[in-house]
Amino acid sequence: MPKLTIDGIEIEVEPGTSILQACEQLGIEIPRFCYHERLSVPANCRMCLVEMERAPKPVASCAMPCGDGMVVRTNSETVLKARKGVMEFLLINHPLDCPICDQGGECDLQDQAMAYGFDRGRYGENKRAVKDKYMGPVIKTIMTRCIHCTRCIRFINEVAGVPDVGAVYRGEHMEITTFVEKAIGSELSGNLADVCPVGALTHKPYAFTARPWELRKTETIDVLDAVGSNIRVDARGPEVMRVLPRVNDDINEEWLNDKSRYSYDGLKRQRLDRPYIRQNGKLVPASWAEAFTAIAARLKGLSGNRVAAIAGDLVDVEAQFALKELLSRLGSANLDCRQDGARFDTSVRAGYLFNSGIAGIEKADVILLVGTNPRWEGTLVNARIRKRYMAGGVTIASIGEQRDLTYPYSVIGTGPDTLQQLVDGSHPFSETLRAAKNPMIIVGMGAFQRADGLAVQAAARLVGEVYGMFRDDWNGFNVLHTAAARVGGIEAGFLPGEGGRDIHGILDGASKGEIDFVYLLGADEIDMAKLGNAFVVYQGHHGDAGAHRADVILPGAAYTEKNAVYVNTEGRPQLARLAVFPPGEAREDWKIVRALSEVLGTTLPFDTHGQLRQRLMAANPIFGAVGEMTPASWAPFGAQGPVDAAPFVTPITNFYMTDPISRASVTMANCTEALVGPAQERTGTHG
Amino acid sequence: MSAPASDHGHAEPTSFTFTQENLELAKRIIAKYPQGKQASACMPLLDVAQRQNGGWLPRVAMDAVADLLGMPRIRVYEVATFYTMYNKNPVGRHHIQVCTTTPCWLRGSDDIVHTCKKKLGIEVGETTADGQFTLGEVECSGACVNAPVVQIGDDYYEDVAPEHMERILDALARGETPKPGSQTGRQSSEPVGGPTTLKAFSTAQAED
Repeated sequence: MPKLTIDGIEIEVEPGTSILQACEQLGIEIPRFCYHERLSVPANCRMCLVEMERAPKPVASCAMPCGDGMVVRTNSETVLKARKGVMEFLLINHPLDCPICDQGGECDLQDQAMAYGFDRGRYGENKRAVKDKYMGPVIKTIMTRCIHCTRCIRFINEVAGVPDVGAVYRGEHMEITTFVEKAIGSELSGNLADVCPVGALTHKPYAFTARPWELRKTETIDVLDAVGSNIRVDARGPEVMRVLPRVNDDINEEWLNDKSRYSYDGLKRQRLDRPYIRQNGKLVPASWAEAFTAIAARLKGLSGNRVAAIAGDLVDVEAQFALKELLSRLGSANLDCRQDGARFDTSVRAGYLFNSGIAGIEKADVILLVGTNPRWEGTLVNARIRKRYMAGGVTIASIGEQRDLTYPYSVIGTGPDTLQQLVDGSHPFSETLRAAKNPMIIVGMGAFQRADGLAVQAAARLVGEVYGMFRDDWNGFNVLHTAAARVGGIEAGFLPGEGGRDIHGILDGASKGEIDFVYLLGADEIDMAKLGNAFVVYQGHHGDAGAHRADVILPGAAYTEKNAVYVNTEGRPQLARLAVFPPGEAREDWKIVRALSEVLGTTLPFDTHGQLRQRLMAANPIFGAVGEMTPASWAPFGAQGPVDAAPFVTPITNFYMTDPISRASVTMANCTEALVGPAQERTGTHG
Repeated sequence: MSAPASDHGHAEPTSFTFTQENLELAKRIIAKYPQGKQASACMPLLDVAQRQNGGWLPRVAMDAVADLLGMPRIRVYEVATFYTMYNKNPVGRHHIQVCTTTPCWLRGSDDIVHTCKKKLGIEVGETTADGQFTLGEVECSGACVNAPVVQIGDDYYEDVAPEHMERILDALARGETPKPGSQTGRQSSEPVGGPTTLKAFSTAQAED
């Protein structure tokens, strides 16, 4: 362990620590542009210069590993002069357009120019100007501002794994560009604007809309996939202005996918801001009381087994728990939170969770993907797998479709029969699994959204048991969900009760006329035609498929508009917080269910959010461990049985539009057009 | 320093494939590098592609090199744009590259450039209408002892005076290949006017 002295303070650090990192451990701030702790170190901006004894000139602290006996000074006259010199060179070609720059107020260059800049320029020549580049629908470029730190190049190559960005020409003519002038084909491209230390790459949808100091910042979580990325919602007045990632090393590190980041404009469109009742085939605005009365009238005298409820993908735990309580009081056990029709055993927690945790991917040495396209189903899980790949020494294989996952892997089969071959050891990949120390299996919804889902789950479990994925110190059995509401719904018990119907049963029953009343809690991805003549109540925040079919619409709150619990695919409960109020007469979802229960004459026993949380924790203690993963104990799950040889199909056909919010977003429509559209067949009505 | 290619107004070809012969050559070049380090062959392969394509590199040729080496296309594009000896725009049959760095400039490279411009009726960076000549200025060609230097194709013409330049251009226009090397007749880079040292040694050798 090298011991060195920095500014007169002695410190002992891990071997391999750079001087810059050692300074950070001591709380000494070192200015930097090119250095980013999650990217490789090119040492090309020279801003982090420090003085080192016995070195002939200042050294770049980001790239200099600590050595025993080093004496480093970070605040000497030489250091200040060197940094001022670097800053002056950086500013030679940087435009003085901070007043119209979107980075203004949160710009590294601006901040550091305050400390190391000169109050006038000595450069009398022409400044260089660079043509702006096209980088796709979400990244705006003003390339004259670029200081060539190359963070964007390193991010897109190392983290995103889509080598589309590079530096062309050289010297003063060097330019950052995409190859060539095309949209960046990465779901993580928004992070480019985050890593950019200046205003060269900014967020296109956010351009010229707000200044950082006028935004109200709310730390919350993302619900557009089941990863549960930590985010910060920046709002001004009643409007969400932007969404940024928050650091959480267990989940999203400090990245965020483009859908979660940019679909916030969908929160302002297609919103349900007041109740509606269908009269003579048309939806007409109504008051809350009228809507509740209409529901009560329809439910009157209806037996419980003719009532059903389906929960959608963006619903919080509280609403599902409240609705489940209400349905049981109505005598119905017909409820399901798996609107996508997935069949899997929910009796054992380990059977439906991402047991190793997302960070656990970094410990795996063999990763087997089953019926999943993690790049679209959990972009940041995929980024973690890529991180594991970049570290080296991992074998990745997939049973399912061949897709570009940003890292090399082999497709060893297409359907469940391959799982069975792995169980009996007849598949060539068995050897690799047997030799693995920490083997991991990641099962996607593509493996469960089929009639033999339970058998596939059992086969996957057997693969895990045969190859030692379940040990006291390691659980490599992982399920990657696609819906943020799913695990929370299961944990809250929003599942068919004793003798109740599941999603398939409910839809069958409704189309046959055996179910007369269906309560859609934000459920939009089901085949509405199958609801037959049932009376449909839609409670949600967007006028999507469910609202179009509904007989009564109850306007709810989106994830940015309520304090609520969501459980991610790891089984980690996290809190979403209210950043803005729901529009118009829309209300938090649990309150709507609570108010309805009163009209129905069976008032639910909680009046405040706190009371509801208490009941929730009493029903399932995991809800009390916010931010923590409660380890799931092992027990057999799934149902062994015959499997269909049909290949696994990944459920998401368009990453950018998977839910009512992203479908209402113009930015996501642009992304679809630019990145998914070209692959799809164009019809005569296009342009 | 060549200008960024953003100003090119030429038509890019839509396809490029290595000829069988060049593909063999490329494979021999790739085989020189260890397994997994094939990207090292990028520069020689770009040269092969440029020669095959009449002295310049269209983007499809860069793509062909990238695909052959399993590199991301942007990486090859970065290399090709970094080095000035890869021409991103079409060049004439004779690519005249006049060195104008300090030693050549002190020895009269400005006159050489002027002669070329006058003789060919084009400016630096342009190609004659018949597609025969492209005139370019380059930084140090590395033959300063024989300045001024002009590189035409693969040949160096050294100790060039304006009248030599005219003669060279005339010969090229006639389809001949003028003799490369020093135009004043000195042997490689020996002093002007013959050797000044080790004379005894060279006399002794001559007597042997």
